[in-house]
Amino acid sequence: MEQKKLKIGWFSFSCCEDSTIMFTEMLNDNWINWSKLLEFRHARVLKANNTITDIDVAFVEGAIANSKDRAELIEIRKNSKRVVAIGSCACTGIPSNHRNLFSKQDKEAIQYLLDRFGMEQAVLPIEKVVPIDDKVPGCPMVEPVFLKVLDKYLKEFGIIPNT
Amino acid sequence: MHRDLDITINNVSKIEGHTDLEIKIKHGKVEDVKLRITENRRFYEMAIKGKNCMQLGQMVSRICGTCSIAHLLCGIEAVENALGLKISDQVIILRKLLMYGLYLRDHALHLYLFMLPDLFNKDSLLEFDDTDPIQHQMVHDAFALKKAGNNLSTMIGGRAVHAPLPMVGGFAKIPTKAEIQEIISELKEVRPLMRLCLKTFAECPFKFERNAHYVSLTNDDFNFIDGHICSTSGICIPEKEYGNYLETILIPYSQSAGYKVRGQDFLVGALARVNQNAASLHPNTKKDAAEYLKLFPSNNVFHNNLAQAIEMLHSIDASIDILENTEFKPEPLPNPIIKEGEGIGVLEAPRGTLFYRIRVGGDGIITGGDIVVPTAQNQINLENDLKKLIQDNINLPEAALQFECEKLIRAYDPCMSCACHFLKLKWVDEFQQPNKQVDQQSPSCPLPPEPQK
Repeated sequence: MEQKKLKIGWFSFSCCEDSTIMFTEMLNDNWINWSKLLEFRHARVLKANNTITDIDVAFVEGAIANSKDRAELIEIRKNSKRVVAIGSCACTGIPSNHRNLFSKQDKEAIQYLLDRFGMEQAVLPIEKVVPIDDKVPGCPMVEPVFLKVLDKYLKEFGIIPNT
Repeated sequence: MHRDLDITINNVSKIEGHTDLEIKIKHGKVEDVKLRITENRRFYEMAIKGKNCMQLGQMVSRICGTCSIAHLLCGIEAVENALGLKISDQVIILRKLLMYGLYLRDHALHLYLFMLPDLFNKDSLLEFDDTDPIQHQMVHDAFALKKAGNNLSTMIGGRAVHAPLPMVGGFAKIPTKAEIQEIISELKEVRPLMRLCLKTFAECPFKFERNAHYVSLTNDDFNFIDGHICSTSGICIPEKEYGNYLETILIPYSQSAGYKVRGQDFLVGALARVNQNAASLHPNTKKDAAEYLKLFPSNNVFHNNLAQAIEMLHSIDASIDILENTEFKPEPLPNPIIKEGEGIGVLEAPRGTLFYRIRVGGDGIITGGDIVVPTAQNQINLENDLKKLIQDNINLPEAALQFECEKLIRAYDPCMSCACHFLKLKWVDEFQQPNKQVDQQSPSCPLPPEPQK
């Protein structure tokens, strides 16, 4: 019988993509095992042929800074059974949300750029936009916490035995 | 064929960060090409103002996850220069090693995970056929080489991403003899894997030539942290003067500005470095990559990837050499005297020359700064290359034309997270430097007036 796989998406919004890099580094030791357990429905950093449909677990890195990203995150939530915030920007908004704390004068100085690129007035952690199921904090994400969360969903979706 | 065609590629894949490409073809001629860096600005140049200069390194490390070590070290160098702080020879050596670790990991990520699928006509490295001996080997080599670079960076910096150990003036910890022996063994173990990597990218059938204007640091041991800035247009200047030669071009449709040098677009990165500085590569690299080095200097943009492979081999050889021949001793961190000043930091990040100018007040608080990253410097060159590439291939079917564009973008190894950190340079106002700013206005997307100060 063919091994059932966890259908995952890896998404990135406003951030430095440090957790994406950590994830690609975790492939060094885990790829042989993960290749049997994970189906990448969406991972722009790894492949061109991506889809936001029928996702078991969406891992979302980065904060939400514009209306286009807000709409995409809502779409991801609609099409994913679970959503996990990955890294500090997704979990707390920090440090991508520097501009939230700028002085009035500095905010006025950047307003023309916010207007030009459809950026929202505040940069938000993803749970301010959609409900989330888990968080992997850290800047970059803490690897053991990610592995624990992944293991939890591999069991929940019946990919590995729940022992 | 005199066709009309509009192509939009949203979110180019297998690159670092987000970018779109818009192409307009009318009557068989390329009318417009816009490379829109769509990564949201995070305004780091404004955010660093008001922060203590000692925390700058860790802050700017967060500009980019993949080349965080380059931002960290460049920010630290700028602060040290602002404070007039001299660093020890051992610190210089440790920083060279940290950069070699970064190059090995980062170039391996780009070559194997981003570029190799194009060569094998696959969507992803993860789709490589495990029963095919070469493809199986490639997947193994990708992860082994990346891991060796990661481990070298971790030994020196404490972590490969946002390394905690580098500080203003030194390192919080130095590697132990046991750690060094372990890394030497690992580097020697993965070195033979570079043969297949070099051969693969040397035999890459893709070719594209247009511009021949290159800028890079040059030095006598092909390190990535110091030297003179040299260009094929005849510049050879101390690194601290580089900012005076960068002309800022505002690109209204992109989240990043572009740059020219001497009025011309130019290219920074591995191809520029190997074209200009191959004679300084490690002797073992020159010996074992001799047949591939004959291909340089090259104006083929896809040789950027072969140059990256050569730099991976050099990073391994130079690291082994240093680690086998250096005795590291504990050094106390200096206690810098805080004073007002302006400092420049310049180094070669994996994607090209990185420039920091930081101004510190008498209380140690940052009062201003400029950060110029490689991808922003390459932006105009890349867009001009794309225009020529599309015109040269104007009769290709739409999907094939799109793929050609994506291949070329990936060959540059752009990093959009880096490119969009800033607000806008105002050097004339803040630093009294003779930088030019040129507005690249687009009739379809005019630049709104800036608010009056």
